[in-house]
Amino acid sequence: MNKDFIQIRWHGRGGQGAITAAKIVAGAAFVSGFAGVVTAPTFGTERRGAPVMTSLKISKEKIYDLSPIETPDIVVVLDHLLLNEADVTHGLKKDGIIVLNTPMAHETYDFKNYRLATADITAISVEAGLPHGMVNTGIIGSLEKATRLLGIDILIKGIEEEFRTRKPEKNSLAAKMAYERTETGD
Amino acid sequence: MHIIEDGNTTAALGVKLCRANVIAAYPITPQTPLTERLSEYVESGKMKAEYIPVESEHSALAVCIAASSAGARVFTATSANGLLYMHEQVQWASGARLPIVMCVVNRAVGAPWNVWNDQQDSISQRDTGWMQIYCADHQQIIDTVIKAYWLAEKASIPIMVCYDGYILSHTTMPFDLPDQEKVDEFLPPFQPDYALNPDEPANLNTVTLPDVRIDTKGQLAHGYMEIRCLLQEELRTTLQLASEAEKRFAGIFGRGGNPYLEPYRCDDADYVAVGLGSITYQLRVCVDALRKEGIKVGVMGVRYYRPFPDAVIADALKGKKGIIVFEKALSYGYEGALTSDLKSALYEHLAGTGALPSVQNFIVGIGGREIHTRDLTENFRAATQGRVSREPSWIGLKL
Repeated sequence: MNKDFIQIRWHGRGGQGAITAAKIVAGAAFVSGFAGVVTAPTFGTERRGAPVMTSLKISKEKIYDLSPIETPDIVVVLDHLLLNEADVTHGLKKDGIIVLNTPMAHETYDFKNYRLATADITAISVEAGLPHGMVNTGIIGSLEKATRLLGIDILIKGIEEEFRTRKPEKNSLAAKMAYERTETGD
Repeated sequence: MHIIEDGNTTAALGVKLCRANVIAAYPITPQTPLTERLSEYVESGKMKAEYIPVESEHSALAVCIAASSAGARVFTATSANGLLYMHEQVQWASGARLPIVMCVVNRAVGAPWNVWNDQQDSISQRDTGWMQIYCADHQQIIDTVIKAYWLAEKASIPIMVCYDGYILSHTTMPFDLPDQEKVDEFLPPFQPDYALNPDEPANLNTVTLPDVRIDTKGQLAHGYMEIRCLLQEELRTTLQLASEAEKRFAGIFGRGGNPYLEPYRCDDADYVAVGLGSITYQLRVCVDALRKEGIKVGVMGVRYYRPFPDAVIADALKGKKGIIVFEKALSYGYEGALTSDLKSALYEHLAGTGALPSVQNFIVGIGGREIHTRDLTENFRAATQGRVSREPSWIGLKL
């Protein structure tokens, strides 16, 4: 992976908070010295529950191309059932990383050519005290475990800032727990 | 201080920094979050302004016209069919010479119904006597809102600050949030030449006759044609004002430069792409790719579209082999409006000099059709190799 320009595509469902999650990672990347960070949601005719997509580009330099990501380095999937509804690996680079929220075991999956990281974020988030189905902060922990991109501390700080009026500790706990429990198959 | 926000929030923060007194707007996708942010600022007391909810865009601008006539600094914003619904009041605002600032969050117009980005909405308002500035990123959005108030109030002419729906309005990126103190230094409180005053009742913009006439004070008053001619003349002089605004802004904030154009790798270019808004930044990526192939290309964003900086544009493009205009709007029945304007400027300033470039026109991203950078690059390359089409050529069309 070219660490000067990283493209992360997020697959979630309307209302799951993928855009917020991407924005938290963007903020953490910016304070870590990436001058170019862009989150660009792809808008269709979504409603709650429908598959949605967001692009996150992280670069050492200012980003001029705001078009949706076509060849991601990483895809983040907030709901394993999306694997049946969306072509989440479309354009994913060889040896690209899939970060997947799933209740199933890591070895259940066989993504040739890709690296897979899994965690049951849905369960972890409930354990952390969040309402059922709130997974957008937990998945950030898994993303970091799978990529070692920014360091978990700066992401935790970003989560607590973003959610400062909405259960910041529970959200950051979900990310910490997910970070510790993510299976990378390594 | 750098912050990361979406384009609509960026615009709202700009309006807040400018201390607008009256905001009237009707929500429409993709402008909605902008009006939501402003109503939150007003409701929470972060912004001291009157937020007037209205039942339509026509009323939104009517409220702004009334408040501006009473000497208030006003703001509204809209998109697409909302702007079209405003159209009568759009013409009125410029004729009445009111310094209204309006953000147009560019979106395709119906029919058929479509909420995604193109620029048909603001381009269709080209001839209304408003200034129009296009933005390519969030820094330009917030800086332009601030400059827009200064320009509008200096010239007594309203101004549209245009930025691409979704592509900018819903995309987040970092930008430098200007300090309130510096904005206050750049933009003093609005001092209108004339403001409605209940103690001195007056009629404004009543029936004005075809010819000049003696008014009630015994003085020779302008006819309609004189008033309209002055709008044209003073609108043209805002080209100089824009330069002044840019210098003042750069002196205080340390950024800025050319208020009219934003050229990239144009100096030694044989072919230059031209456009409005975010696509001109995307085209920079194409320019870098084509340069690696040895093709000498550049891209020039037109920031100031009305009044049209014809002389500056012609000077920047003289001697080039070809100009390739990428547009998200069309003057139906002919070609892109920017293409026509550009040809007119080139003909006026360069005809007969031997330095007149050829001009080609691509139509792209209509109704939010995704603009793939590789498609842009391929079409750009093809246009450097010969004339692609006599008619405007549509990129990514699946007919």
